[in-house]
Formats: sequence, C-alpha cells, structure tokens
Amino acid sequence: MATAEAENNEVITTADGVPLKESLKKALWQRKKTALLLVAPLFLFVLITFLIPIFDMLIRSVDNSIAGEQFPGVVVELSDWALDSTELPDEATFQALIQDFKVGAKEKTISRLGRRLNYEKSGMSGLFRKTARKIKKLESPESATAAMIAIDKKWGNIETWRLIKRESGKYSSSYYLAAFDAKKNSDGSFSMKSEEQQVYLNLFWRTIRLSFTITFLTIILGYPIAYLLSTVKTKTSNMLIILVLLPFWTSLLVRTSSWIALLQKEGVINDILVGLGLLGDDNRLAMIHNEAGTVIAMTHILLPFMVLPLFSVMKTIPPSWVRAARSMGATPFTAFVRIYLPNTVAGIGAGGILVFILAIGYYITPALVGGTKGTLISNFIAYHVSTSLNWGLAAALGTILLLLVLALYILYDKVVGINNMKLG
Amino acid sequence: MSSDNSLVRFVDIQKSYDGVSLVVKSLNLDVAHGEFLTMLGPSGSGKTTCLMMLAGFEPATHGEIYLKDNPINRVPPHKRGIGMVFQNYALFPHMTVAENLAFPLQVRDMDKSEQKQRVDRALDMVQLGPFGDRRPAQLSGGQQQRVAVARSLVFDPDLVLMDEPLGALDKNLREQMQYEIKHISENLGLTVVYVTHDQSEALTMSNRIAVFDDGIIQQCAPPEVLYEKPENAFCANFIGENNRFLGKVSEDNGDTVKVEIDNNAGTVIAKKVNVGGVGDRSTLSLRPERVTVNPEPGSLPNIFNGVAEELIYLGDHIRTRFTVLGHDDFIVKIPNSANHAQLEEGGTANIGWTAEDCRALDPSD
Repeated sequence: MATAEAENNEVITTADGVPLKESLKKALWQRKKTALLLVAPLFLFVLITFLIPIFDMLIRSVDNSIAGEQFPGVVVELSDWALDSTELPDEATFQALIQDFKVGAKEKTISRLGRRLNYEKSGMSGLFRKTARKIKKLESPESATAAMIAIDKKWGNIETWRLIKRESGKYSSSYYLAAFDAKKNSDGSFSMKSEEQQVYLNLFWRTIRLSFTITFLTIILGYPIAYLLSTVKTKTSNMLIILVLLPFWTSLLVRTSSWIALLQKEGVINDILVGLGLLGDDNRLAMIHNEAGTVIAMTHILLPFMVLPLFSVMKTIPPSWVRAARSMGATPFTAFVRIYLPNTVAGIGAGGILVFILAIGYYITPALVGGTKGTLISNFIAYHVSTSLNWGLAAALGTILLLLVLALYILYDKVVGINNMKLG
Repeated sequence: MSSDNSLVRFVDIQKSYDGVSLVVKSLNLDVAHGEFLTMLGPSGSGKTTCLMMLAGFEPATHGEIYLKDNPINRVPPHKRGIGMVFQNYALFPHMTVAENLAFPLQVRDMDKSEQKQRVDRALDMVQLGPFGDRRPAQLSGGQQQRVAVARSLVFDPDLVLMDEPLGALDKNLREQMQYEIKHISENLGLTVVYVTHDQSEALTMSNRIAVFDDGIIQQCAPPEVLYEKPENAFCANFIGENNRFLGKVSEDNGDTVKVEIDNNAGTVIAKKVNVGGVGDRSTLSLRPERVTVNPEPGSLPNIFNGVAEELIYLGDHIRTRFTVLGHDDFIVKIPNSANHAQLEEGGTANIGWTAEDCRALDPSD
C-alpha cells in the first residue's frame, strides 16, 4: 500500500524528463492558438460593431458630462450651494454663469445644455436660447445677478438653480427615471409622473404582453406544421420546408405592406366578409393600426423561427416511441401528452425564446401596422434616436430592454435549462 | 396447427403500400398458444410489415387477422393488449427505468402498490433490480434491451411481438440475450412472434420459423426440419451453409431422381423433394457436413473425384473448398478427428454423399 501511494505522488514525466502535465499543456496550447487565430477576425468584428456600441449605450444612458463641459465655472461655484437652500446662489455663481454663457454662445454649443435640461423641465431650452442671444451685448455689469434676471426672470427663480444643481453631476439617473415614468422632485426625491403623463411603463407592459401573445400563437400554429414536416417523407418535407422559408426570401417591408392591403378597413379581408354578408358595411373590422395588426403580422413573420427548431427536435423522435406507448395501452391522446410532448419541450423552449426575443425588439412591422396602439418599445427607442434626439433616454430604454431579455433568458435557464435548447 | 389452439391467425392477408405492388402476398399463418414463432427473411421480404399489421400500426389491405378468434383489423393498437419490443428499444428517455415499466400499468389505472410490485418483479426478472432510478441513457445497450423486454411483459400481454430486438447489440451480447429471452419466454409460457433477418438467431430461439421471401412464406417449420429438410432452394440457401448444383432431371424413380448436372459434369442421385418429372430443371442442395471424404468405394451412391482448392483450419473442423462436378465452390467440413482425411491444397480426393442428404429442389437462378 505504502509503495503504491508513493508511486501515485511521483510526478510522471515524459521521456525527456519534462513533467507530463506541462508537456500536455504545451501540446494543447498549439491547438488553442490555431483556434484563437480562426476566431480572431469574427471576434474583432463583433467587438467593434457590437460589444463596443452596447457598452457605449450603457454609458450614454447615465452620461451627464454635458453639464461639466458647458458650465465649467457654474458647476464649481454651485458646489457650495445647498439644494435645499432658500436663497439664490451668490454673485460669483452668476458671474461664472455669464462667463460660461459667453463661451458657449460663441461656440454655439450652449443650446445643447438647454435641450438637455429641457428633458427635465420644459422652458429651459427657450431660456438658454434667449440668454445666449442677449449675453453678447452684456458688458461687465455691476451686478451679474441683476443683469441675468434682467435678461430672463427665470434666472431669479430658485427652481431653475435647483435643476442646474441637480443635473450638474457627471452621471445622472434622470434618463432611467424617465424610462420608468418617474421624475426627480426639486428636493431630490423621486415620484411617479401623473397617470396621463405615463408612457413607457405601459409601453413595456404592452411589449411584453404582445410578445407573449405572439410567441404563444406561433407555438399553436407552428407545432402541427412541424409535426407534419417531421412525419412525411424527406422529399415532401424538403418541399414543405421551402414553403415555410419562402417568407424569408421576400422583403420584410413587402410582406408587412401586404398585410396592410389585406387587413385594412377597405382591405381584402373586410371586403370579403362584407361581400359574404357576414359583416355590415359600416361595421368593418379594425384589424390594423392597432394591437391586432401587430400581433397578426408579427406572428406570420416570426412563425418560421418557431417551426424550424420544433422540426429539428421532432425529427429526432422516432415513431417507435409513440407506437411503444400505444402498444402498452395508451390512447393516442395519452401517448401524445405523456410521451411525444415532453420530448418536444426542448424545441418549444428554443423556438419560444427565439420568437420572444425577436418580438420584444421588433421595429419595422409594429411601426407600419401598429398605429398608435400597436407600437412597441423599440419604436419609441427609434423615435428618440432619430427624431427627438434624446439619445440618453433611448439608451436607457434600450438598456432596460436588454436587461429584460437577459432576465428572461436566466429564468428560462433555471426552469428548462439552456442545455436542453435545440436550435437545429 | 388446429385453429382451436391458435392465438393468432392470419387469414389471406395482403398488404400494399403504393397500390402497385404487394409487399405481403396472401399470408396464412397460425400462431399457437405458448409458441415462439420467428419470422425470418431478408429485408424487404414483408416480415416486419406482418408484425406491424398484427400490432395494429399498419392496416391490412385485404384479409383478416384474428386474435383469440376475434377479428382485430378494426381494433386500435392500444386495445389489442399486445406487448412489443422495438428495434431500438423505444425506451422513453424522459422517464426513469421504473417509470418506463410503470407506464403500461399507469394507463391501465392500476393502483400504486400493485404497480410498484409488478415493476419490481419485472426488474428482478431481467436482473436489473437496482437500476430502477436510472435513465435509459445511463444504461448499456444490453441493459436497455432488458428493460425493453421487461416493459413489454409487465402488463401480462397475451402476445409479445419483437421486431429485430437484438440488431443493435454486438455479437457476444446478442448471443447472450438470445438465451435470456428464450429462457424468459419458456419460463413464463409466453407466445412470441419474433422478427429477425439473422438465421442463427432464429434457429437458436424458435419453436417454429416462418421463412419469408418476396411477400410469401417459403416454409414454416421447426428449426431442425427447416435445416434438415428445406422444401425449396431459397430456404436451403438462406438457412445454413449449402452446396448447390443446377441440373436437369433425367430419371424419376419415385423417392429419388437422377439429375444431370449442367455442362455434362456428371449425374447425381438425389432425394425427390420439390421437383417435377423427367426433363424439368432442379437445384440440388447438400449440407457441407454431410459430405464424406474418401469413402469406401461403392458405399455411397454419389462418389466423385474432387480437387482440394483451399484448406482453412478452424479448430474443430477443417473447412475445405473443392472443385467437384465443374463447381469450384463446393464446401466440405472435415471434422478434426484423429483419423480425419489428410489433404493438401491442390491434392485430389474422392468425395461422396447419400441420396437422402442431397435434396432435389425447385430450380433457382
């Protein structure tokens, strides 16, 4: 026994005396190096075009460096001034304000800060533009405070200064608050916006609700098709798969537009229903520019993403499983529920998570057929990126969406297990 | 086989998949209570189709199948009460071994304690007592096979069907499982219909073998009869090793015929089994172990001179390939006994056989 243990503890070496483990490591490193080289181009591509922009988005959603850039003097002077102070900031602050404004007006960049502050309180953009216009004529006044209040009496309003003080930090939570329909009060506490002002919570809820509906519908519609595909002869199933994939070969825009032609009030489906007398002419169904339109069009577009994973899983289920169950006395229904269905869960999960993640971030289709009631969160992100130019809010909304997807992914992993997912 | 004792009866069964050709052409077969019947044949011979029709997964195109004298063509599979073992076992991967075994009992609403008792008994029967909590994927091929057998028996079916159940196992395990299944079926007095394309498997296990070819049962007989007394050239050739001569009948003596081997190679006296009259063509079939090397002259009706082309030493016997009567593929198994004939490759020897052992069968190509 003792000798055996001693032998076990001895380091095993290769013929030239190098420990076996090191030799193995060296040999494997060569293989790893090749693998890394093969992956490198794609990794760089993904890093530059995907990971860095996502990181940038995360930064943007909290970034508030604009205050420090445009109001360098004011920010310094305000650091002594307390947020709950009942008096206006001191003369030095107002002098710094004039100084910062003169620089900012000359470089024509000061209005950016105005726009930024306008997200928090309307009227700020106007105040900044007006002040920038008039500041050029201001020549070293006796009292900077009086001079600024003369330009606009909002400079004499303590709320204006509280806002500037509050948003003078390098980072700000205000975009996230806005994304959750909350706001910062002047004393620094948070509160929800009034019901009629709430936009995004409803939108998030609608996005999740519609995505679940669409996922559910694709399962209901896709399951029988996938079953059929997996049971017919290979030749037939190849042809049917082409039919399933056919929508991919048509432009997304064309497909979505054709839904408009079909679903609108004067569209094909309504015309047929009216023509058959099933529907009164003044009772035409509203199937588009609302949630129904979004659900119908997106279910159609995302269906292949459900069918293919289901098909690939079902193909691996030999017919003998159900037959075995039948021979043991199970009715067709029992055999399906107890044997077939449990073995397709991996496909349902894979298809479900794929469709859900695609649906939750979908943009074009809800934009075209959703109207005001059927648009999703991504449409608002696009609006803030390209129209309102509130990139911070767009970034915050995008980040929340990303976290939502990650949370669902983790939940799925916990419940079903990500290793059970089969994408084909 | 009288119909009183038969459990299964196929009556004039025909089956076509495409409406153009028949996969099974007029099948009539009885399976008796307690019988182990094997359907043996090359792939595409219709044997698996017959099994699927019996299990209820394929409808018969014509004819009727009776189970205990009740027609079952319109009875769905789950009401037939037939146990089945599939080619790749068809164990349910999402259930443990015990759950797999309990499944047929659950769908019968048997109470829990009875279920457990039966599952345990079935597991013990196949020596897998401690494996109840494992998943099928955690078992070896042979163990999975045992589970599949146990599962097909756990609900006491009248009849068990097995569709090439040992096809996926390696040779040693396959032979071991053949005996195990044979013993289980004997101990429980099961009625088994077994499908295989492996003739040694069929010979080992069966009470009776139905040899299928081209949608027809060529011969249905106990193993020894099938081997010793094949009724046609296909059976003679498909079961066991077989030397063949083709020729024409030149003389009909009632029990025996004289057959002139093609190319005027010689005349052989053979037992008349399945051949027409004088002038008809015939295939002669002769088992390699029934040939005597260097017999006493005149002791056998058929003695010919042969050239030993090849000698293969196989321990218990020496497999020798001769050229005889113009055929260079004539195999003789010479037992490795103290006084066995000493031969060399290229040497000549007389070889002979009785008329009884040489069967004149239908002409084949």
